[in-house]
Amino acid sequence: MAVTQRPQDKLRTPKPINKPPRITMPWPLNLYQTAIGKKWVMALTGIGLVGFVLSHMIGNLKLYQGQLKVAEYAEGLRTLGDPILPKYSVLWLLRIGLIAMFMLHIHAAVTLTRMNAAANARYQSNRNFQSANLASRTTRITGIIIAVFVVWHLADLTWGWTAGFMGWRGDGFNYGDPLWNVDNSMSNIVIAIWYMIATVAVAVHLFHGIRSAFTSLGINSPKFNRLRLPIAAGIAGLVLVGNLLFPIMVQAGVLEADEPAPIEEWVKADFAKELAE
Amino acid sequence: MSEETLNITLKVWRQDGPEDRGRFETYQAENISTHASFLEMLDVVNENLNEDGKEPIAFESDCREGICGTCNLMIDGKAHGPEKGTATCQLHMRKYSDGDTIVIEPFRAASFPIIKDLAVNRAALDAIVMSGGFISVNTGAAPDANLTPVPKEAADQAFDAAACIGCGACVAACPNSAAQLFTSAKVQHMNLLPQGQAERWQRTEAMIETMEMFFGSCTNHGECHDACPKEIPLDLIAWTNRDYIKSKNKNRKLAGQRG
Repeated sequence: MAVTQRPQDKLRTPKPINKPPRITMPWPLNLYQTAIGKKWVMALTGIGLVGFVLSHMIGNLKLYQGQLKVAEYAEGLRTLGDPILPKYSVLWLLRIGLIAMFMLHIHAAVTLTRMNAAANARYQSNRNFQSANLASRTTRITGIIIAVFVVWHLADLTWGWTAGFMGWRGDGFNYGDPLWNVDNSMSNIVIAIWYMIATVAVAVHLFHGIRSAFTSLGINSPKFNRLRLPIAAGIAGLVLVGNLLFPIMVQAGVLEADEPAPIEEWVKADFAKELAE
Repeated sequence: MSEETLNITLKVWRQDGPEDRGRFETYQAENISTHASFLEMLDVVNENLNEDGKEPIAFESDCREGICGTCNLMIDGKAHGPEKGTATCQLHMRKYSDGDTIVIEPFRAASFPIIKDLAVNRAALDAIVMSGGFISVNTGAAPDANLTPVPKEAADQAFDAAACIGCGACVAACPNSAAQLFTSAKVQHMNLLPQGQAERWQRTEAMIETMEMFFGSCTNHGECHDACPKEIPLDLIAWTNRDYIKSKNKNRKLAGQRG
């Protein structure tokens, strides 16, 4: 190139706020160093996490089929790939994938937020936003609510740490008995409301996230672009209604377990049935 | 259309220099014609300030017909004011009514340092364009216009992108101070044309990475499109993201580094 920058150009160009990515990194890491690469990873992991949220909700609909069916489903998840692979193996593969997606999604979000904070200069008067809506402007806040909620949700219904927590739940945690645990947890009005708040946060987060993922991935087609909003609203709405109904139905007494199920006996009985055959 | 006059209260950001803290000052703009443009209204205020022996408000303008991208004001929290698809210079006082209060701020971003009052240094945008590559050697006459056939659709879309006047309203409007719409317009107006294919991937990578040195990242609010005086389509951002992801792979292959 004959002329790159005149001396006066260097003087007037402001100091960069970010370092350019190093070219020596291998391809995926090199891509992840850049903001657009991070957005791409966020969109891909986001799609994976949306898939989890949807399948989690659809699986949970089995709660309506009663204590036995949903316990069978839970046992089915633990014994995925059963005759061929050992118990928990497929489940843990899925879990590791899920944890990796969560970590990448959060790491990209945190680093991009820091980059944006460095690039930003605050206006002294009020902004008049046009198309930035509530969902897009609160994505970071709803994301934090979701991260906190995920930890709570695991402690509450996977590990059972919250049984008897602050005197909220008297009847204890029964491992492998989803309906009993859900009934136990959400029949407390405070916990039910917390679940509803988290569900709304998930839906609001998804509404912006799904719409945004199209642009981040570079999916653009004049014919299908108008489907972005209905797709985002549809998935967010489905997740909202499906998940809001669980605490409501527990409170209404529709989802109810009278006593903890003898899960170990049921599992053994199933085993015995197979032996008999 | 009959001419009327307006009395308007202005709250203007005044800042003596780049290091100064800056503050809002209130001015009365009296007997402003409804035919006046926004910048002409500021000219009248400056005339009065001059007559009073005070320092006039520094603001940028050049063509005053909406094609140069020099004027840049944040009017009532909106880049280039309330009118859609209009630069500050094409905003007219007939859009306001008597007794209105207007708050004027400079475009703000970490990479848009304020020079004085409402004038900001937008050289970071030049750095993005320069990193795309240019030739400064005289190599003879321009090629014949019809030498390279361009499909109508490609020409139309490239023209939509090339309409960008580089004013920086997208950066100013963006809650993250991202220059994605500007860079996408500059990248795509060449990437969409057959003439731009030879250096497509190098240009995309270089320009995006220069952009990320100075500006934030896109969170797809869409504020930039609403602020844009040329209404550059948001689709260009998606296209550019795709080109950039591809360029990361292609450029390594071109450089012999493989995948």
